[in-house]
Amino acid sequence: MYISHLDLLRTFQRVFLRQGMVLRHSQGFHPHPIISFALPLSVGQASDCEILDFEVNEDMDGAGLPEALNAFMPEGVRAVDCYVPVRPVRELARLRCRVELVYDGGVPARAAEEIRKLLLGESVVIQKRTKRKAMADIDIRPMLHSLDIQESACLLTLEAEVSAQNPGMNPALLAAAVEVHRPELSPDFVRVRRLAVLDAEGKVFR
Amino acid sequence: MDKNLERILPRVQKPARYTGGEYNAVMKDKGQVDTRFAFCFPDTYEIGMSNLGFRILYGVLNGMPGVWCERVFTPWPDMEEELRKNHIPLYALESGDPIGEFDIIGFSVGYEMAYTAMLNMLDLGGLPLRAEDRPGLTPLVIAGGTAMYNAEPVADFIDLALIGEGEELLPELVDLYRRAKKENWDKPRFLRAAVEIQGVYVPSLYNVSYHEDGTIAAIAPLDGAPEKVVKRVVHDMDKSYYPVKTIVPSTEIVHDRVTLEVFRGCIRGCRFCQAGYVYRPVRCRSREQLAEYAQASVRDSGYQEMTLSSLSTSDYPELVGLCDDLEAFCGKNHVNLSLPSLRADNFSMELMQRLQKGRKAGLTFAPEAGTQRLRDAINKNVTEEELTESLKTAFSGGWSSVKLYFMLGLPTETDEDVLGIAEMANHAVHTWREHASNKNRGLRLTVSTSWFVPKPFTAFQWEAQISRAEYERRVKLLREAITAKAVNYNWHDGDTSFLEAVLARGDRRLGRVLEAAFRKGARLDAWSDYFDLGRWLEAFEECGLDPAFYACRERSREEVLPWSMISCHVSDGYLWRQRELAYQSVTTPDCRTRCSGCGANIVEGGECYRG
Repeated sequence: MYISHLDLLRTFQRVFLRQGMVLRHSQGFHPHPIISFALPLSVGQASDCEILDFEVNEDMDGAGLPEALNAFMPEGVRAVDCYVPVRPVRELARLRCRVELVYDGGVPARAAEEIRKLLLGESVVIQKRTKRKAMADIDIRPMLHSLDIQESACLLTLEAEVSAQNPGMNPALLAAAVEVHRPELSPDFVRVRRLAVLDAEGKVFR
Repeated sequence: MDKNLERILPRVQKPARYTGGEYNAVMKDKGQVDTRFAFCFPDTYEIGMSNLGFRILYGVLNGMPGVWCERVFTPWPDMEEELRKNHIPLYALESGDPIGEFDIIGFSVGYEMAYTAMLNMLDLGGLPLRAEDRPGLTPLVIAGGTAMYNAEPVADFIDLALIGEGEELLPELVDLYRRAKKENWDKPRFLRAAVEIQGVYVPSLYNVSYHEDGTIAAIAPLDGAPEKVVKRVVHDMDKSYYPVKTIVPSTEIVHDRVTLEVFRGCIRGCRFCQAGYVYRPVRCRSREQLAEYAQASVRDSGYQEMTLSSLSTSDYPELVGLCDDLEAFCGKNHVNLSLPSLRADNFSMELMQRLQKGRKAGLTFAPEAGTQRLRDAINKNVTEEELTESLKTAFSGGWSSVKLYFMLGLPTETDEDVLGIAEMANHAVHTWREHASNKNRGLRLTVSTSWFVPKPFTAFQWEAQISRAEYERRVKLLREAITAKAVNYNWHDGDTSFLEAVLARGDRRLGRVLEAAFRKGARLDAWSDYFDLGRWLEAFEECGLDPAFYACRERSREEVLPWSMISCHVSDGYLWRQRELAYQSVTTPDCRTRCSGCGANIVEGGECYRG
């Protein structure tokens, strides 16, 4: 995804209109459609599972809607499932994600082991820009719930479960931690992909 | 995705400009097409995708079986740096293929300041800049758009220019190219055949000689090229292509909405306005068809904004009726309707009530000059009373943000005219005090002035641009005369307007200057952050040319102008008469009131004005 969260939201508003569905609008002087993403996705990251909340005026259970919407989507965006919400978004607690560390010259010796040791250690403090644009130290260790590392010739694949919100962490910070604490293991490129959204028990959130 | 590109995109600003994949982007199988057209816009994605002409021709070309037209935009400097560093040639968004692999590279050029971006795009594509260094038929480099009415500054770089509207002309040219490719013609043979098509200008088939003083002695056509290349126009707007199904960018662009072209041309005849002359005659779309296109476009795109576009939208004869036709549909689908290009003399209560439903964004009027005398001289035909009336309507209707546009340095302008601008602003503030329906919101009145740039094919094509020092003196005079606190005064940067004046009426000797300036780093000259007049002045110096010769010199009636081989139907004699009338401050009525015999009716075989 190379577009921003707002761009993606606008894209969906238009997809609904193309399909002929009028979203419920807020009341007030400047009505706007009621539609939102549970967890904004960073520019440059891929995802298999975004949750979009929206309200419509008619009664419906969502059956057949993904197919109907997909006829009007730009390349690379597809609706997978549509249902009447059963759980509040605040119960969405974790993300399962895949972070690929690409090493053009081959994965350095013992990198997988070193990185596992780093990320699963006592604490993993990195600097992060706060909303006030200042830099602050944060410990990402408490937000990392599981980690599995697979190695192939030029690739370390980290599969992890991280906190999604309150507070949540951007999975890209796993790679950032490597760059800060094990600069010699810094990858040449990082790919991030969301695989699933989970609740606090680690079950798929729906 | 290309591995290099995958790594670059996260590092550049707004990467969605470089990925393609938007809704309605046209994908074809390159094995199944015989002609590939790289449609280049020499500015950024956000600007290019906002251009209706670009969208129309993209649709027209892709409507031709066997032809695949793809889009190419100028990369922002951060992306350019990455492309160069990683040796990635400039590519088209649909296929990702380098532009050097295309049959035809076509530039849409609306504005002189885009010339160096054209050179940059060729260079990023790995192509030689000069047409003579590209001996083969492929890739053919062509250009069209309003700026190409004087293509001379880029004559060395393009193989041909298309003059006028492209809907019919471009497919004719592409068909000729296909024949040439099939029959293995060489480039010279193709170019000689191309000039048979009305509207095709091949610079290399004209020999230009100069007097010692630098003015042109003669322009001699070679090899059967026509003495005059006559522009093309679409005769019937109701039958011409409109892009109902058009690309919807996934990222925000400048004009992110449905653009409904209500008519082409302009009835007014403002004497400074190039578009007003070269797009003659006026041709309207029917109200029924517009209402249909509007609904279909909104449905297909999912846009919730729509703009009614033309050179002067309030001159559409059935504008209020059209707004009424659109009202129910827009209301139900939460579509906002906006109307740019309103004239201060016919912004009515009726129209305002229709616009009021949308958000009250600012209103903009362009009186252009500060006194009635000067407005008459430029044939703007707007009176102060009319402006006051329009402002009254707007302020009492709840608008509180108004912009007024003027030009400084118009022919015959005196200090009295400059001070008249301040007076008009003060009157506007007064009108607001008397008529504002809600004074608590305060008034935001912006006065903007630009430095007048004389353009080819206008009544002022012979005029000198006033000097830099004089422009700055008039800005200062006006700045000191505007005293009301509610008025915010903006003036244009002089560097850009000066170079624009040089390039607008330049001859083909400027090609060397363009190339030198490009080599010194000139790229996005339309963007003030990247424009640097200094490197241009150096380039002029190196080439032994004086920019003032082009910008600040009055031409005589007898002088051979660099664009004399082009005809926009409006005759030189007519333009000269208009110039004389300007000096007498005598107005010319609009085309709807009376035909003044400009020459545009040649196309229409007599009476040209319809609707």
